[in-house]
Amino acid sequence: MFSNAKLNEKIAFALLKVATGLVVAFVLVILYYIIYNGYSAINLEFITDMPRNRMTEGGIYPAIMGTTYLIIGSMAVALPLGILSAIYLTEYAQPGRTTWAIEMAINNLAGTPSVVFGLFGLAMFVKYLGFGPSIISASLTLALLILPVIIRASQEALLTVPKEYREASLALGVTKWETIRRVVLPAAIPGMVTGAILSIGRVAGETAPILLTGAAYFLPRLPDSVYSQFMALPYHLYVLATSGTNIAQTRPIQYGTALILLTIVLCVNLVAVSVRSHYRSKMRR
Amino acid sequence: MSGKNIREKGIQSLLFLSGTVAVVALFLLCIFLFREGILLFEDYPVSSFLTNTKWFPTASPPIFGLLPLLLGSLIVTAGAIMFSVPLGIAAAIYISELANPRISSILKPVTEILAGIPSVVFGFFGLVILAPVVQRTLEIPTGQTALTGSIMLGIMALPTIISISEDAISSVPRSIKEGSLALGSTKWQTIYRVTVPAALSGISAAVMLGIGRAIGETMTVMMVTGNSAVIPGFPSGLFAPVRTMTATIALEMGEVPQGSDHFHALFAVGSVLFITTFIINILANYVKRRYRFNL
Amino acid sequence: MPDNFANGTEIEVTNLNLWYGENHALHDISINIPKNSVTAFIGPSGCGKSTFLRCLNRMNDLITSCRTEGNVGINGQAIYTKDVDVVDLRKRVGMVFQKPNPFPMSIYDNVAYGPRIHGAKKNAIDGIVEDALKAGALWGEVSDRLNSPALDLSGGQQQRLCIARTLAVKPEVILFDEPCSALDPISTSKIEDLILELKKNYTIVIVTHNMQQAARISDYTAFFLLGDLIEFGKTEQIFESPKEKATEDYITGRFG
Ligand SMILES: Nc1ncnc2c1ncn2[C@@H]1O[C@H](COP(=O)(O)OP(=O)(O)O)[C@@H](O)[C@H]1O
Ligand SMILES: [Mg+2]
Repeated sequence: MFSNAKLNEKIAFALLKVATGLVVAFVLVILYYIIYNGYSAINLEFITDMPRNRMTEGGIYPAIMGTTYLIIGSMAVALPLGILSAIYLTEYAQPGRTTWAIEMAINNLAGTPSVVFGLFGLAMFVKYLGFGPSIISASLTLALLILPVIIRASQEALLTVPKEYREASLALGVTKWETIRRVVLPAAIPGMVTGAILSIGRVAGETAPILLTGAAYFLPRLPDSVYSQFMALPYHLYVLATSGTNIAQTRPIQYGTALILLTIVLCVNLVAVSVRSHYRSKMRR
Repeated sequence: MSGKNIREKGIQSLLFLSGTVAVVALFLLCIFLFREGILLFEDYPVSSFLTNTKWFPTASPPIFGLLPLLLGSLIVTAGAIMFSVPLGIAAAIYISELANPRISSILKPVTEILAGIPSVVFGFFGLVILAPVVQRTLEIPTGQTALTGSIMLGIMALPTIISISEDAISSVPRSIKEGSLALGSTKWQTIYRVTVPAALSGISAAVMLGIGRAIGETMTVMMVTGNSAVIPGFPSGLFAPVRTMTATIALEMGEVPQGSDHFHALFAVGSVLFITTFIINILANYVKRRYRFNL
Repeated sequence: MPDNFANGTEIEVTNLNLWYGENHALHDISINIPKNSVTAFIGPSGCGKSTFLRCLNRMNDLITSCRTEGNVGINGQAIYTKDVDVVDLRKRVGMVFQKPNPFPMSIYDNVAYGPRIHGAKKNAIDGIVEDALKAGALWGEVSDRLNSPALDLSGGQQQRLCIARTLAVKPEVILFDEPCSALDPISTSKIEDLILELKKNYTIVIVTHNMQQAARISDYTAFFLLGDLIEFGKTEQIFESPKEKATEDYITGRFG
C-alpha cells in the first residue's frame, strides 16, 4: 500500500512539473519568435517614419503616436474616476445594497468582453453623442474598459495602509477626509501607480474596442484633433497581418510592430513590478 | 454645521458619485447595447435569430441566424478549456504547494507576462507560427481552424486560471494541511484529497472566469480560426474553420451602414455575448464567495 | 531522571538540538517518555514546547529553515535515520493541534480520511468510524448527522472530532499541542476526561500552558525554559517538591 502511495506521489509531482514547464515554454516560445524575428526590423526610422508605399515600407510613427494619444486620453478619464471610486468604496461605503451593486458592477465590467465595450462605445460615443469615429470616442471606451482594473488596484493599495495610521490621525481631531488626504493617500500612492501602469499596458494592446470606435486602416498624416480618426499599434499589426496590400512582403514590419507592442507592454509590467517591490521593501523597514 | 463639516459632507457626496461610476457605466452599457440590438427585431423575427442555422447577412433577404456563431464560440471555448484547465490547475498546484519560494517568485511574473501580452500579438503568433504547424501536422487544407483558436485561447486563459486557482489553493489554511500530514498521508494525498477540495470553490471560479475570458476574446480568434460561418460538428468541427460571435462583430462592423438591419444584428449578437459573460461572471463570483475559511 | 517506568518506555530522546535558521531553539534535550501514561510539557510561551512536540512526529520537516541533530526513538526505533518513512511515522505518532482543524468535509469523511488513505477495506470503514467516534466521546452527539459538515460543529466538538480522526488511524502515540486553549471550560473538561480514558491504550504527550490542567491529567511533567529541559519527573514531585529553583518559580507563578 505504502510504496503505492509513494509511487503515485512521484508520478503526480512529475506531471505537475511538466505542466508548469509547458506553461513557461509557451511564454518563452512566443517571446522568442516575436523578438527573434522582430528586432531586425526595428531601427530609428522604423519608429520615427511614416509608412510609405501603401504601408509596405517605412515606419510606424503614426501608430505609435495614436497609441500614445489613447493612453493619455483614457488614463486622464479613468485614473481620477477610478481612484475616487476606490476611496469611496474602501473608506466610506457601508455594507449594504448600494455597495453590493457597485461591487457587482465592477466585477461584471471586468469580465465583459472588450468587443462589447467596442459596441457600446460605437453606440454611445460615436453615434449618440456624435463624436464620430475618433480619438475621443476610443479613449472614452478604453477608459471604461480599464476602470475596473484601476479601481481594484487602488482599493488594494488603500487596504494595505494600516488602520493605526487612520486612527492615529483621527485621534488628533483631524477630519476623515483630511486624514485620507494627508495620511492614507500618500501611503497608498505607489500601489495605485502600479495599477495605473498596468492598465497602460492594457490600453496599448486592446484592439477590438478601437476597431469599432475610430482606428483607421491608414492615415497620411497625424490626427489634428481629438475628433480625428487615428492609427494605433495593435490595429496596425492586425491590418498588416490579415489584409495588408502585401502580407508576405510586409512580414518584417509586422514582426517589428508586434515587438514594439510587446516591448511597451513588458516594460510597463516591469516598471509596475519594480514600483511594487520597491514600495514593499520600504513598507517593511 | 461648521464650515469644516459642510466641506466633509460635500466631499463625501462627491466621492459617492464617483463610487457609483461603475454602476452607471454598466447601466449605460446595457441600455445602449440592448437598444441597438432590439431594433433588429422590428424587421426580423426573434425566433429566426435564435433558431436559424445560417448567418448570411448580405444575402437578399439577409439571414441572421445566431446558431453558427454561438456554436462557433462554444466549440473554440470548449477546446480551449479542455486543455487549459488541467494545465492551469496543475501549474497553480505546483506554484503554491511544491515549488520553493524562489522558483515560485520567478513563475508568478512569468504568468503575469503571459497575461500582459496583447491579444493581437497572440493572434499574430497563432496566424504566422501555429497555423502552419497545425496544417502540416494534421495534413488539412488550412491551419486556420477551431483547434488553432482553441490552442491560442487556452494559452491566453492560463493566467486567469492559474492566478485565481493559486490564490484559492494558498488560502487553504496550513492547519488543515498539517492535520492531514499528521495522519500519515503523503503530500500528494493531502493535496488532492484535502487542499484541492477545500479550494474547489475558488478553483471553479477560476475556471469560469477562464471560460468568460475565452468566450469574449476577439482578435486572436478572428486571426486564427478562418472565420467561416457554418455550424461546426463535434469533434470534427475542431479541424475546420469556424466563426465566433466576437469575430463576427469585429469583422463585419466596419462594413455595415449604421442603422441597417445588419448593424442591429451585430448588436444583437453582442447582447447575447454580453448576457453570456454576465451570467458567467455572476456565477463565478457566487461560487467564489460561497465558501471562505474563517479558521 | 526517571527511566524505569511501570509500563516501560515509549519515546527515548537523546541530545536533541534544533535550529530555526540561526535560532538555536532546543538545546541538548534528553528525555524518556513512558508508555500508556500522560506526560505534560509545561513552560512559558516561546520556550520550545511545541517545537519539541513536533520533533516527535517530524512535523518540523515541513519547515524549510528547521534543522535537527540528535536521536529520537519511538518504541526502540530511531526516527531521524535516513531509512525512516515520515509518512509511516506519522501514522504511528498522531497529533492533535492547538486550534481544531477539521477538514471541510462531512463528519464521517473526516474520520474516514485516514483509514481510506491507508487502504482500509470499504466495508470496514463504517465500523472504524463508529469506533473512533465512540472512543473520541463524540458518537452520542453526532451519530444522527454523520454526513453534515464538520465545520458546523462547536469548537469543543471539532476538537473531539480531530481526536477521533487521529484515533481512526490507530496510532501508538498521540501528541496534543495545547488542545484546549481555544475551548471553553466545559469542552475542556470533556477533553481532559477523554485523555484520561485514552491513556489506557495510548501513550500521550500534551503541551499545556495551564498548570492546573497538567496537575489534573498528567502522570509525568517536563518543564521547559528558553529551549532547555529544566526538570522532568512524576507530576506530584514536580508540583510538590521541584528540585530546580526555576521550576518552583514557574509553578508558584513568579513568572510566565
Ligand atoms: N516556524 C518557525 N520558524 C522559526 N522560528 C520558530 C518557528 N516556530 C517557532 N519558532 C521559534 O522557536 C521558539 C520556540 O517556539 P515554540 O516551540 O512555538 O514555543 P512554545 O510552544 O513553547 O510556546 C520561539 O523562539 C519561536 O520564535
Ligand atoms: Mg506552542
